[in-house]
Amino acid sequence: MTYLTVLSSLGGGVLIGLAAAWLLFFNNRTAGISGIAAGILPPWQQGDAWRYWFLAGLIISAPLWKLFGGSVQIQIDAPLVVLAVAGLLVGYGARLGGGCTSGHGICGNARLSVRSIVATLTFMTTAGITVFLVRHGL
Amino acid sequence: MNLNLSAFISGLIFGLGLVLAQMTNPEKVLAFLDVAGNWDPSLALVMVGALLTLGTLQRLIRKPSEQIQDTDLQTCVNPKAKIDVKLITGSAIFGIGWGLSGFCPGPALVSLTAGLAGGYVFVAAMFIGFLLFNSLHRGR
Repeated sequence: MTYLTVLSSLGGGVLIGLAAAWLLFFNNRTAGISGIAAGILPPWQQGDAWRYWFLAGLIISAPLWKLFGGSVQIQIDAPLVVLAVAGLLVGYGARLGGGCTSGHGICGNARLSVRSIVATLTFMTTAGITVFLVRHGL
Repeated sequence: MNLNLSAFISGLIFGLGLVLAQMTNPEKVLAFLDVAGNWDPSLALVMVGALLTLGTLQRLIRKPSEQIQDTDLQTCVNPKAKIDVKLITGSAIFGIGWGLSGFCPGPALVSLTAGLAGGYVFVAAMFIGFLLFNSLHRGR
């Protein structure tokens, strides 16, 4: 881990925390990405427009970063069928558990919510075990 | 501030944070989760940075839980919400998917502009997962 990695990791985290505080302050909302994204599916409710605007900002961030000379590294090694299964599990699991890495991992933990702490420990554990089995066990 | 504009700015800052921290790179995330391998602990710092920043700012903002609008994530901020089987099962399933792919929802959505088939497949499957939850647990 280089000095630069430490800085970019911390800096990225600060931006994520800032974004969540911003949404909390102006929109009275928690920045849980799975909840925001799932909310664009029917049944549609009035006052859901902000979700599209949030997601638009999120998606446009990478090309904007590139436009200003930054590099965006995305390396996906998993086969498509594995990604399809993983996406299904992530989508369903995040909804069933009431949040994902952002909702529980950042917003809930920052409020010291016991539910979020339990959720975070749970998904960190199963993610770690899964990676271990895939890379070292199977 | 206009709610749509403020949401757009929040999404943009969130995305830039993910990109800067390289959380958008599944291989980097998997290297963080691979404790037994060539472990890359840097992503723990992302969480440290985010929690310290949000923790400090929300103290200044002083927004009571009741004021935060009802989303399904309300359970994260409701101190009275109980730990139940759904929370544990859902989080466990989420973790397996995260560990298989290195993608969680935010980074997967950011990856959409990279033009990679894997990103499209993951996001499409994730929305099917959302729909699956809706059909199984919301009586529709």
